[in-house]
Amino acid sequence: MEMPTVTMQVIPMEHGLLLAAILFVMGMVGVLTRRNLVFILMSLEVMLNATGLAFIVASSRWGQVDGQIMFLMILSLAAAEVAVALGLVLQLFHKRKTLDINVLGEMKG
Amino acid sequence: MSVLFYGSAIIAILATLLVITRTNIVHALLYFIVSLLAIAVIFYTLGAPFAAALEIIVYAGAIMVMFLFVVMMLNLGHVTQDQEKAWLTPSVWIGPSIMAVPLLAAVIYAINLNQEQMAHTVVGGKEIGIALFGPYVLAVELASMLLLAGLVGAYHLARK
Repeated sequence: MEMPTVTMQVIPMEHGLLLAAILFVMGMVGVLTRRNLVFILMSLEVMLNATGLAFIVASSRWGQVDGQIMFLMILSLAAAEVAVALGLVLQLFHKRKTLDINVLGEMKG
Repeated sequence: MSVLFYGSAIIAILATLLVITRTNIVHALLYFIVSLLAIAVIFYTLGAPFAAALEIIVYAGAIMVMFLFVVMMLNLGHVTQDQEKAWLTPSVWIGPSIMAVPLLAAVIYAINLNQEQMAHTVVGGKEIGIALFGPYVLAVELASMLLLAGLVGAYHLARK
């Protein structure tokens, strides 16, 4: 099996993981502070993306494909999640005419 | 390569910071697309060109366009923007941010305990394809089921 081997300047693995951690925390702060449903979903995407970055960094560290496969799984999970969640957002907006989670949190059943 | 990595990392962090602080949804979406493109560049520098292409095609292309369609269908306008401005006061975001920073500090400390260097190899699409339809074929099937469930669920929920 021919594998294209390119020598490049080495980046420490910590810096990649650090970036993933910072992006994850930013997404977490977004989820905790925003009150608009669409913004919360977007912050969730930021968090999922950060975990994907961590997997790619690990894949790059050991030169194996498994991390990238996990990234593909996260990608399909994010696509399915966003499709269902945005459908729910549309329905909630048609019913309540708002995206404020303080109002939407009062629904029963 | 390292200049590309650190430059893109700074752009990604700044764009994500702008994503979580914007009051206009469309502006936030555009900054998020910038952040995703920067992360795609990072994937490329880490030797994952296939993941970089997927990041642009699926994340920046498909998922963000889905968000944009929903924002257009909702037609939120200036009322929501003023509402967001009223909500996003420092008293709202300072508490969670202060509690999140120690967690980040702990993670940074844990990551920096021992230094590891990255490998020099590029893992391209061919190896990923071989792995996907070899040992990971069950994961591919499960992902297809998940996507089918997502499709059916989205169709059912978004129906008038």
